[in-house]
Amino acid sequence: MIGKSAKSSMVNGLLVLLLLALASPGYSELVIRVTKGNDQPTKIAVAPIAMGGVQAKEDISAIVEADLRRSGLFETIERRDMLAFPSRATDVYYRDWRLLGAEYLVAGNMQRIADGRYQVEFSLLNVSGQKTVLTHKVSGTLSQMRDLAHLISDKIYEEITGIRGAFSTRLAYVTATRINDKYTYRLNVADADGAREKLVLESREPIMSPAWSGDGKELAYVSFETGRPAIFRQNLVSAQRQQLTNFSGLNGAPSWSPDGKQMALVLSKDGNPEIYLLDLQSKQFSRLTRHFAIDTEPTWMPDGKHLLFTSDRGGTPQIYKLNIATKATERLTFSGNYNARPSLAPDGRTLAMVHRQSDTFHIASFDLKTGRMIELTETRLDESPTVAPNGAMLMYATKQGDRGVLAAVSLDAGVRYVLPSSSGDVREPAWSPFLR
Amino acid sequence: MKVSFIKSGLSALLLAALLTGCSSNPVEEQQTSTDIEDTSVQTGQVDTSAIDESTVETVTADTVFYFDFDKALLKPESRAALLEHAASLQSNPRNVRLEGHADERGTREYNMALGERRANAVKEFMVLQGVSPGLIEVISYGEERAAAYGSNDDAWALNRRVELK
Repeated sequence: MIGKSAKSSMVNGLLVLLLLALASPGYSELVIRVTKGNDQPTKIAVAPIAMGGVQAKEDISAIVEADLRRSGLFETIERRDMLAFPSRATDVYYRDWRLLGAEYLVAGNMQRIADGRYQVEFSLLNVSGQKTVLTHKVSGTLSQMRDLAHLISDKIYEEITGIRGAFSTRLAYVTATRINDKYTYRLNVADADGAREKLVLESREPIMSPAWSGDGKELAYVSFETGRPAIFRQNLVSAQRQQLTNFSGLNGAPSWSPDGKQMALVLSKDGNPEIYLLDLQSKQFSRLTRHFAIDTEPTWMPDGKHLLFTSDRGGTPQIYKLNIATKATERLTFSGNYNARPSLAPDGRTLAMVHRQSDTFHIASFDLKTGRMIELTETRLDESPTVAPNGAMLMYATKQGDRGVLAAVSLDAGVRYVLPSSSGDVREPAWSPFLR
Repeated sequence: MKVSFIKSGLSALLLAALLTGCSSNPVEEQQTSTDIEDTSVQTGQVDTSAIDESTVETVTADTVFYFDFDKALLKPESRAALLEHAASLQSNPRNVRLEGHADERGTREYNMALGERRANAVKEFMVLQGVSPGLIEVISYGEERAAAYGSNDDAWALNRRVELK
């Protein structure tokens, strides 16, 4: 009888919709609010791009300004204060910009270069040095104006800070909305600024733990659509997907290996949660941990030879390091009675995690070399840290009132912003790798 | 024919006993012709509701059991109800599902593990009482399906639970 009802809930689960291509037009659900910026932001003016008669729906310069502001490292000069809108380096009167206190100026213009393709040429100018530090061309179709804007932001950010920009990356996250005690779970992908949200999967049953493949083309996640948790992988372009696990008990916490050939995951089929490796080619599972405690939340180290994971084998949840070849484990965290969900920065050294201090859950960073732990967040129910591929910011889930929202903080805790959602609880952000 | 028995007012208890007898002979049923088997399956469905009616007393026992934060130890107050369910499952074996849950604090996958650990604690208790482990399916929802909403001690206490279904 139970078997039958489980089957009928499977049928209900098949209400699951694969709606990858369904983009919400125009407005995004996530709107950025910078709550704390750098103490000494660089002042930059982004003059409106001269459009040369091209009708574009997006204001490229405004997107670039918003990107730079959101990084917390820049203060932008308001368009209405600008004395001129130069469109190329030769049009610039540096004095105009010195008066406004600008350290840098961006000037650019757009032109049509071929059927359906448009090119933006832009220059970054150092105002006090009165020189052009960068001139670059980017091109795309009219529907790619946001991509062009983020690419321009990436170039400017890298030129000034020396750090590769991550404005062209994306976020995956889960939303849950409840109407009359019925939940709808959605897995979405959006630009790093929250715009152009696209639905990847919708279900009445929980969706959890999205994880990007190393090439940024696929997501792995946990879906309960069969009535039980199972791990799926899904191609974001073709929307093709595949169920990877179907064991009794937990099927969770997928994490792709850096080379994309294996997946670390958690199964409890043998009695309690253990870390396994799945060879994606041969479909063979191999067990890595052997302990009666909870072992979960594996994440790869950049060398592809070690995993970090959460275990309560010492009595409380703490972060451990596992050598895949020898299966030797080593406890890494000792400060506090709850350290979980490790997320490694691309430097391979800075570890973000959920850390409990008295009765609140913060995001903390932990230096694997020095063992120094720093609390990065101040709210009380913070979880699911995910570090941007350039290591500048990390995103996490927190609560505003009773509502789940995504927030970001820089790894030095100097910059923060919140992405409030217009509907439902937003949770479990996963920051994509670099996509180009 | 059995439906008419029910209509004629055969006591639910007697009916339940009759049906239990039927369902404990599945091999015989399979040996009979397809038509008869179909009939017995249909009858079985009617019988299920009859069994439910006859076990109303058992169903009144609590089906939700609560836990402390980051703990999977059964609380003493859960014991009486669990003993009742265990006895009922032994005298009237049926498939049940234990759904483990956690409050929203802590990480989601760890809470999945915690929810499973709690449901397993309930399962182990019932198995020790003599319930066949094969009757019990354990599934964890972690913190994904809150019973009470809000980020406070009262809501959290209601969410750290195992539900018997």
